[in-house]
Amino acid sequence: MSGWPIRKQAGLDAHEKKSIGKGVFRKCNGCGETISAERMADNFEVCPLCGRHHKLASARWRDLLLDDGHLEEWSAELSPTDPLEFTDGRTYTERIATAQKSAKSKDAIEIGRAALEGTPIAYGAFLFAFMGGSMGSVVGEKITRLFEKATEERLPVVLLQASGGARMQEGILSLMQMAKTVSALERLRAARLPFFSVMLDPTTGGVAASFAFLGDVNIAEPDALIGFAGPRVIETTIRQKLPPGFQRSEFLLAHGMVDRIVSRLSMRREIAQLARQLSGLPALPAPAAGDAVVPPSVSVPP
Amino acid sequence: MAATVLPFEKPVVELVTRVRELRVLAETDPHFEPELKRLEDRAAKLARELFAELTPWQKVQLSRHPNRPYTLDYVEALFEEWQELHGDRRFADDAAIVCGMARFRGRSVVVVGHQKGRTTKEKAARNFGQANPEGNRKANRMYELADKFRLPILTFIDTPGAYPGIGAEERGQSEAIGACLAAMARAQVPIVATIIGEGGSGGALALGVANRVNVLEYGTYSVISPEGCASILWKDGSKGDEAALRMRMTSPDLLALKVVDNVIEEPVGGAHQDPAEAARLVGDAIAAALADLEGLSPEALADDRYRRFRSLGAFS
Repeated sequence: MSGWPIRKQAGLDAHEKKSIGKGVFRKCNGCGETISAERMADNFEVCPLCGRHHKLASARWRDLLLDDGHLEEWSAELSPTDPLEFTDGRTYTERIATAQKSAKSKDAIEIGRAALEGTPIAYGAFLFAFMGGSMGSVVGEKITRLFEKATEERLPVVLLQASGGARMQEGILSLMQMAKTVSALERLRAARLPFFSVMLDPTTGGVAASFAFLGDVNIAEPDALIGFAGPRVIETTIRQKLPPGFQRSEFLLAHGMVDRIVSRLSMRREIAQLARQLSGLPALPAPAAGDAVVPPSVSVPP
Repeated sequence: MAATVLPFEKPVVELVTRVRELRVLAETDPHFEPELKRLEDRAAKLARELFAELTPWQKVQLSRHPNRPYTLDYVEALFEEWQELHGDRRFADDAAIVCGMARFRGRSVVVVGHQKGRTTKEKAARNFGQANPEGNRKANRMYELADKFRLPILTFIDTPGAYPGIGAEERGQSEAIGACLAAMARAQVPIVATIIGEGGSGGALALGVANRVNVLEYGTYSVISPEGCASILWKDGSKGDEAALRMRMTSPDLLALKVVDNVIEEPVGGAHQDPAEAARLVGDAIAAALADLEGLSPEALADDRYRRFRSLGAFS
């Protein structure tokens, strides 16, 4: 689980702090260039200069991928309880309340029916902002329902993963979600419906070691951290520094673990094509010359 | 094997050892019988009292006890015609997981279990029971073999977790575990899992998607090791005792959470004090679980497993 380091700004009054917090400019994590926040947002948090992918909120993912940005949400009301009465200084109940308030969601995933270039799909997306996208009972139940409903309604599944893994605060019940979700996925497979597993930054732990690698097509965003164990755990275990690029998308591609690395900006078209090919649907009209594959405000980096 | 005695089990171990000695004497001289009976009762009572007070952390220590019976000890005690089958046919043979065919009370079965080592050398060779991807792929191959020939799968879980190493990541530890879960979910045969020691995380679950899950009284099952949990939550891996308490990973908790179906009571002082008796109890529990699944059609067996895991979780 990670969090952004909070650096204290000395000597600023409340008003100044607020305007900086709002962020007129953003520094790209890739090239280090300063870019207007608006331009970055218009480009779905992909740096227009170097192509670095920064984290994108789930609402923006909907805008990027889904027709009219529309998701007919399923089971949005499911909310976590505290089966272990877990506390680590703060109670889990408190943590849930805080996360629900700041992420404006009951838990770390949204699922539902949507369309992708006119193709009906069952869609799910992790909310990394909610406790690091960790998978507890609600996430497990919703992914299970996603696969079950897709099987029932004969829809391909597109699932965007961004998760540090199982949610520790739900202990062993979190681990059980891995078995539960994969069991449901097996029914989708038996029904010969495609599962597109999209791995965002990060996809690790219990999410990686359950359904993430079981896609009919496994797609990763560029430079995402993807792996079973977190880098810190591995370093502690083997007592040596990890090589640069270890557990990044490109490393996984080189080792044969993901099928494609796809820029966020062309993901919509790519998945739509594959979904239609696997479902025996006719081809999409080719994008006309000058026709943007991605929304018009987006600039595709070189 | 040198006997290790943990501080908290010392009084019980002393009594159990004396009982054992007396038992030998009583065989030749019936004169010792009353004393033996008295001591046996006292040992049982003391062990019950002492062990009833064990903290979750002490139970974690017992689950990892170096004298505890391991998978191959149960294999030897419970099965006939055991033949180990090696390798994942992809990369290597991972000694952290043992697989094979055997007969259990007359019936052909496929056996898959984590295996820890006793000696320093064997510990290293078996990587402390932490499988690499090839170990999990070997297990996966066995699930498919069992499914093809409609044989029950018996698994023995005893691992700190799947190995977190560079090679493990290069060779796809995540995919190897995920594929095991899928293969177990699909299999149209009875699957009985028994947690005999440590049930650590995804590595344990790769052998755990079963119709019936047994746990030994001092076995544990958790999403992460208590030390790992502590180092994430409190940035202090030495607070494992605190984490073990919070995570509810001991057998009574697992039963209450419905993560396991049955707790197998251990002999006085724990399975390592009487491995033969422990094996008998494990064998009976496996037989009972198999009997319970008897008569279910292949599809019904997969459905039974689906329902079992489908119902796990807490939400409102």
